[in-house]
Amino acid sequence: MRRKFDEQLELLNRELIEMGALCETAIANAAKALINHDNSLAQEVIRIDAEIDQKEKDIESLCFKLLLHQHPVARDLRQISSALKMITDMERIGDQAADISEIILLGNVHSLNNAVHIDEMARATIKMVTDSIDAYVRRDLDLARSVIAYDDVVDDLFNQVKKEIIDIIGKDKQNGEYAVDLLMIAKYFERIGDHATNIAEWVEYSITGIHKGGERI
Amino acid sequence: MGKITINNLNLYYGDFHALKDINLDIEANKITALIGPSGCGKSTLLKCLNRMNDLVENCKITGKILLDGEDIYNIDVSLLRKRVGMVFQKPNPFPMSVYDNIAFGPRTHGIRSKIKLDDIVEKSLRAAAIWDELKDRLKKSALELSGGQQQRLCIARALAVQPEVLLMDEPTSALDPISTSKIEDLVMELKKNYTIIIVTHNMQQAARISDKTAFMLNGEVIEYDDTEKLFFMPQDKRTEDYITGRFG
Repeated sequence: MRRKFDEQLELLNRELIEMGALCETAIANAAKALINHDNSLAQEVIRIDAEIDQKEKDIESLCFKLLLHQHPVARDLRQISSALKMITDMERIGDQAADISEIILLGNVHSLNNAVHIDEMARATIKMVTDSIDAYVRRDLDLARSVIAYDDVVDDLFNQVKKEIIDIIGKDKQNGEYAVDLLMIAKYFERIGDHATNIAEWVEYSITGIHKGGERI
Repeated sequence: MGKITINNLNLYYGDFHALKDINLDIEANKITALIGPSGCGKSTLLKCLNRMNDLVENCKITGKILLDGEDIYNIDVSLLRKRVGMVFQKPNPFPMSVYDNIAFGPRTHGIRSKIKLDDIVEKSLRAAAIWDELKDRLKKSALELSGGQQQRLCIARALAVQPEVLLMDEPTSALDPISTSKIEDLVMELKKNYTIIIVTHNMQQAARISDKTAFMLNGEVIEYDDTEKLFFMPQDKRTEDYITGRFG
């Protein structure tokens, strides 16, 4: 009974895990490229982003097929609908990792000022993305909730980095271009944290049927 | 209190315990779906509500069924069946004209006036969304109609005696998708004026049209909730396993 359906749900699961792994790689490489000034790694991130875009299309099409063929209900419906929402955030994570890489390739952020805690921010963001994917894979409600709470850490770091960047500009206006690019990178990391939060919220929903503390249908 | 209240209902066919401690509150002007695998007791439960099981040999019923607070065993059975009408799985028009099919019930309740009967026939056929199709064929045999039309005729026939509750036992299982869709639209329209209880094997149908759903298994009501809740976040694993097709 429902052998084909279970196979397709298993395929959906594998595809989501693969897409999640690509997102983790993209953002980790973007952070490494930033810290090590590694342009070839930055190029690699842009290539991975294209792969993430393709995965989004494949998963979307699989979800539509499952909705059409299986008329899912209960757990199956929650799994498929949350997958459809999660891939949008994953695709944005890929885009923003590529955006960071494009700024790196512009060459203005040639060296990282030690006074700016952007590497710490990158690490915190990577942790959020990794944990949100892990929460999905393990159906771990506690981990999903800890990702949602951890977004405050990334937001605080962003505010701290912003102040540090303003200090850099204050010290020497020649640093303007460098500072603006660095601020944009920090903003992308902050946005990636938001997308990881969204993913964790959909994981929570697929397990509990409640999204963002709203009412259960 | 609901339109129909079922308290500690047990039903035995000889030694077979077919319904076990059923407690349900059926709300007025709502569609309540009964779902569950074959043999779980849905149709048996439905038939209890207008005492159709009274005629079954060796059938013993304990517990209470209240219609507007009144024990249905204190109501004259033909009056009960006037108030609680039934539509069956297979359309079963009488071998007579469309008009006479509809007028049959009112006539047995003593209505003889042609003007009154004409009015009842038109109103019932309109309520069953089939007047436009049949208004020029009232004298034709009901057996000449398509399956979908026959089923809507049977619904019109049930409505002709002005029931309060309509019991429907898989009313679309023998129909094509278009006829099914017409019946579903009709049922959703009818709930404004009637309380409807429908037995269906079609999960999507239950999810589409009903307000409340009861999932039954082995003679028990396992879960009874708002339809959206039951199909989205069932509370009992057996409900989840059944509606997602893991058994049944």
